[in-house]
Amino acid sequence: MSALTFLIVAVIKIAVTLGVLLTVVAYTVWLERKVVGRMQNRWGPSRVGPFGLLQPLADGIKFLLKEDLTPPYVEKNIYLLAPGLALIMALTSIAMVPIGPIIHLFGISTPVQITGVVDASGQASDINVGILIVLGITSLGVYGIALAGWSSNSKYSLLGSLRASAQMVSYEVSLGLSLVGVLLMSSTLSLSGIVHAQLGHWHGIPQWFLFRGQFVAFFIYMMAAFAETNRIPFDLPEAETELVAGYHTEYSAMKFAMFFMAEYANMVTVACIASVMFLGGWSGPSLPFLPAAVQAFLPLIWFSSKIFFFLFLYIWIRGTLPRFRYDQLMAFGWKFLFPLALANVVVTAFFVAIRA
Amino acid sequence: MHQFLFLLFGAFCVGGALNLLIQKKTINSALSLIVVMGSLALLYLLLGAEFVAVVQVIIYAGAIMVLYIFVIMLLNAGQEEQEEAAKGSNVAKIFGIPGLFAGGFIGIWVLLKHSPADKGTGFRIGELYGPASDVGMMLFTKYLLAFEVTSILVLIAIMGAVVLARRSQNL
Repeated sequence: MSALTFLIVAVIKIAVTLGVLLTVVAYTVWLERKVVGRMQNRWGPSRVGPFGLLQPLADGIKFLLKEDLTPPYVEKNIYLLAPGLALIMALTSIAMVPIGPIIHLFGISTPVQITGVVDASGQASDINVGILIVLGITSLGVYGIALAGWSSNSKYSLLGSLRASAQMVSYEVSLGLSLVGVLLMSSTLSLSGIVHAQLGHWHGIPQWFLFRGQFVAFFIYMMAAFAETNRIPFDLPEAETELVAGYHTEYSAMKFAMFFMAEYANMVTVACIASVMFLGGWSGPSLPFLPAAVQAFLPLIWFSSKIFFFLFLYIWIRGTLPRFRYDQLMAFGWKFLFPLALANVVVTAFFVAIRA
Repeated sequence: MHQFLFLLFGAFCVGGALNLLIQKKTINSALSLIVVMGSLALLYLLLGAEFVAVVQVIIYAGAIMVLYIFVIMLLNAGQEEQEEAAKGSNVAKIFGIPGLFAGGFIGIWVLLKHSPADKGTGFRIGELYGPASDVGMMLFTKYLLAFEVTSILVLIAIMGAVVLARRSQNL
């Protein structure tokens, strides 16, 4: 593949992935309002378009046209920097996620993954340390929130961002450790390598790491992921009963929308990583009775249905559970999840060593 | 390409480090330190040491600097440092900064003139191959002693922190 073709393919992949991601983000908001509405015995958005489907569009226009206030006495540069930082960090990590296998279009074959290429032997390959890059970008995402709260020069914002950064730093430890078991079993750090380690079946059961003894790790990952994305039951950074809106209290219009989009994009990324690490990414049971045209899209359908499952789980839990108290949150993270994750690493390493 | 990227991120690194010293507000200094960490990671990546590069971002930029910023946010430091600079320091600024630059340039020039150019000891850009498995093998075989001693050092530091925190609570 020449350098020019590589560039064009890369730009197309980035544009398509980003477009799909932003659409998913917009419609996750719609889905959340709709589903939580039904759970609370009301309709949710129903006025704009059929089933309220145009609601995200209306929200977007509203955010663009609203007055963009910058309160006095804020640290102006950092105040302007923070929402961009949060959004960029949230959108970047999708580049590492293997969304599908190699596709062949117009005589060019390339994996459905922004950082993926086809190597000399015709296999899909990507960055050797993909999962670490995702963790690194996630850990940089804290800055957006921490700086937003600090620079707003408001007590509510500062409290919210202090809570957020303490919570995210604490749960990052359990989040990273819960992935170590999977990395030990697949013996690679590359995300497409991890998907390839989960291809195939064992008596009809897919070889996903969730079914190969990593269910404790999956549980830890999901708990930590809820805390990382500041979702209920761990949404203390934006607890509206105590902090108005937490770290983004002083932001309005598009800057507020950027935080909002960053939160939902983080949810999507976390769901992507969960499905890649534990549910086999784009792999799934083959369905030979389907027509060939549908067969070609089967990996993408499997992947998106896994993402949908996780997003629905987020909304479901939001509609079900109340908020934790802050000391409970910290005790849960450090005294329960962290030792459990360490124990999981030790047990998995033991079994991997026996097998080897 | 490698050369260009090296110069770009090297410039970012030095610029961030200078900004760190020049800035009056603590938070800006902390942010420029993050820039330094990030460009250092990219320099590692250019050398081919991808694992070290990512670990640099995760640990330094992602964990340690978050704690720095946390402390700055909690203490609201930097407000007491706004006093006027003394006359002597102004003189030092006017003469010292150009002098420092000139000295640095002369030093680099002399070093480049007299360095043995092709001894073949250093790695060229993009040549070092450092995936996670190689780093792990080296840590647990060749550098095992240093690795374990470092872990004991970290343990002592943690215990020291616990002891210090305890004492201040009892007072």
